[in-house]
Amino acid sequence: MGELIHLVVSGTATGAIYALAALGFTLLWQASNTVNFAQGEFVMLPAFMMLFFIGTLGTPLWLAFLLTCPVAMLLLGYTFKRVIVDPLIRHGVIPLVIATLGLAIGLKQLVKASVTAQAQPFDSAFPNGLLTMGTITVSYADVGTLLLAGMIVIGLQLFLNRTLTGRAMQAVAQNTEAAKVLGINVQRMVLYTFLINAVLAVVTALLITPTYLAKFDMGESIGLKAFYAAIIGGFNQARGALLGGVLVGVLENLTGAYVSAAYKEGVALLLFMIVIIVRPEGLLGKPEERKV
Amino acid sequence: MNRTRRAILVVALMVGALLPLFLKSYGIYLLTLLCVYLMPAFGLNLIVGYAGQMSIGQGAFYGIGAYIAALLMTKAGIPFWLVLPVAATSCFTIGLALGFPALRVQHHYLAFATLGFNVLVYLVMRNEEQLTGGTFGMSNIPRPSLFGYSFDGALPFFYLTYVSLLALGCVLWWLLRSPWGRAFAALRDNPIRAESTGVNITAYTLLAFAIGAACAGIGGAYLAALVNFIEPGQFGVSVSLTMLLAVIVGGSGRFFGPVLGSAIVILLPEWLRFLQDWYLTLFGFAVIVMMIFLPGGLLSFADRLKTRRRAP
Amino acid sequence: MTASPSLLEVKDIRKHYGAIKAVDGVSLSVDPGEIVGVIGPNGSGKTTLFNSILGQIKPTSGNVEFCGEDITGMSPLQLSRRGVGRTFQTLQVFVKLSVRDNLIAAAQEFKGTMPSRLFAPPDAGLGYHADEMIELFRLKHVAHLPAGSLSYGQQKLIDIAMAFMPAPQLVLLDEPCAGVNPILVDELHDLLVNLNRTQGGSFVVIEHNMDFIMKLCAHVVCMVEGKVLAEGPPAEVQSNRQVLEAYLGN
Repeated sequence: MGELIHLVVSGTATGAIYALAALGFTLLWQASNTVNFAQGEFVMLPAFMMLFFIGTLGTPLWLAFLLTCPVAMLLLGYTFKRVIVDPLIRHGVIPLVIATLGLAIGLKQLVKASVTAQAQPFDSAFPNGLLTMGTITVSYADVGTLLLAGMIVIGLQLFLNRTLTGRAMQAVAQNTEAAKVLGINVQRMVLYTFLINAVLAVVTALLITPTYLAKFDMGESIGLKAFYAAIIGGFNQARGALLGGVLVGVLENLTGAYVSAAYKEGVALLLFMIVIIVRPEGLLGKPEERKV
Repeated sequence: MNRTRRAILVVALMVGALLPLFLKSYGIYLLTLLCVYLMPAFGLNLIVGYAGQMSIGQGAFYGIGAYIAALLMTKAGIPFWLVLPVAATSCFTIGLALGFPALRVQHHYLAFATLGFNVLVYLVMRNEEQLTGGTFGMSNIPRPSLFGYSFDGALPFFYLTYVSLLALGCVLWWLLRSPWGRAFAALRDNPIRAESTGVNITAYTLLAFAIGAACAGIGGAYLAALVNFIEPGQFGVSVSLTMLLAVIVGGSGRFFGPVLGSAIVILLPEWLRFLQDWYLTLFGFAVIVMMIFLPGGLLSFADRLKTRRRAP
Repeated sequence: MTASPSLLEVKDIRKHYGAIKAVDGVSLSVDPGEIVGVIGPNGSGKTTLFNSILGQIKPTSGNVEFCGEDITGMSPLQLSRRGVGRTFQTLQVFVKLSVRDNLIAAAQEFKGTMPSRLFAPPDAGLGYHADEMIELFRLKHVAHLPAGSLSYGQQKLIDIAMAFMPAPQLVLLDEPCAGVNPILVDELHDLLVNLNRTQGGSFVVIEHNMDFIMKLCAHVVCMVEGKVLAEGPPAEVQSNRQVLEAYLGN
């Protein structure tokens, strides 16, 4: 029983990290129909940026994180939107998909060629050790991850629902044309979404890199899981990303422990396949009617 | 096809046939590898370029073909020529099954569905050690022989592959010129209209995937015979990804697009060896630049010039 | 009702989106060879009616019969196999295919079986027919160009020509004149009359261009807010006071 709870808690913690990356995914999709195949690399790059700040400038982790955020917002938010998304988005979804696939390869190889091909250790933001309550044991890292991810999600929801800017962003996501007519600066709102996505990527990097280690190809797995989480939950619903992420994290952990460690990686995939065949709009998603 | 193009094609085929005579064994190996790689790439072009579907799973079929060939040849001693149709039909059947998600979802969903399929196949190859040898792979895969003539040597095997590629190319060319080719294009350009003009989009979608997969299965069997040793890493997601980008960079929906794209992926890095990992870095960023300025692929450059001249 | 059975029989079709009744109990019948016009202000449910008949959307209730067979909810594919063709309000051509290939593509799937088409000649034996149609629609000078590269009016013509390529028994035309210049509208009228005479099919035409409808159709249905407001010969419907009010507002 204690083991099961431990697995569920740590699975939820991992799932919460997936959910953060998935959340960025769905936000980009809603705001601008951008499917970012380089989402995983958007997590990998900040990990190396933080290592740079720590290794070269000798900053503590928290400061490295704070310094990385604006850099990521500039590179992975603003530049990404202006240089890649803006020229391509009017040609439909697929050219942008191809371009972000190219971006994923480019970023990965850039890090491999210019930094290192080896996995780099990355300190956890939370203390080591286990928290024991009766028969239940959970690690500080898991608790910390859950708390931080939870705070980010709640903060983001408050921002989106309670502030004027947040509501304008939601309006753009729901109906771009109507938002334009209402006088909302659509481009700016879309840009905000890209900036938020960049920050989410940095947070994801902060939380996941201690377990994954910083490596040029670490993004492949996290990007894939973020997308699967998003689809499973519902691509057009932010809540869907959370549910999907947690579901994937927990099931992966349980499969790894009770079924087969070798096929742990296949869980997200299997769930995804079932969802797109049975309910393509996702568990919480709304169906999008085929347009004539 | 006009006369100039036909002349270019004949010359290119001649060059392809004669070039290996002047190369050392590594050069011949590379050209053979290019020919082998073109089989799945042609199939992928049918799926992506002609039928307008999305696939990041072609490497999985390449791998299934290779593993079937390796298993049947090394463990059961079945000759290559019998293995080939088994690899092709197995991949055809699995491709048919993989087409089903394509009926439900499109575009990026499909990209991830096929990518996920690739991950799954990779996991099976890596984990089912008793069957596939796991990460150690399978070695000592023999090269084929015909009526007592062995294709063991680099040159004979090159010519075997070259002729097989030409045969496959001819079949695909004929298929795409038949009304089927037009139906695939109709499905790609406008599935809604296609359906209302009687195109059975279900059947054509599934067939595109199945035929494309069968091409990859055949290619896989040749690959196994070429390299004599296969392991899961040769058929991972990155292989599918590179192949997709090769087809698109060359010019998807153009018959010879994959040839140019595959050459860029297979041959160019050998000449630009000094670039090492920077080669793929440049390739990745070049794909972005190309999507922005020349989304139709490199082969569309000539058309671009033509339209520019017509409408200044 | 006449003794001869009608070709298309639409019975009490309804399509509701929540509280919005896009189509609210529409019935109409089309006789063989007849041209029926459907008019009505924007948002009166004409296109929704079309899409319900054509299987693009599922009607909430009611049914559609074609040649005595219940075709309600059939897929566009099944309908096309039974001889129901359509044109689209928005341009729906195969953009990368040439004009000629567009026309052949519109008819080739009705020739032979799928396996037999694999071995058929590249033009599926339809090249001559396609060229006739190209001649008729005066598209000869652009026949080899990709359809997507042509002007709006030309693509509209291709769209219409495609619907007639397999000589269907019934064609539903969704705003054929929308965005088309007046000269082309006249040509379109002559073309449709010509096709009606030579192919003998029935048409149902949605259109805002009153002159076009009045000249072309023997029978006109006026829809307002999802219901049939008036129907009958064009002159009668045109002079109907309710119809005038619906169009001019009150």
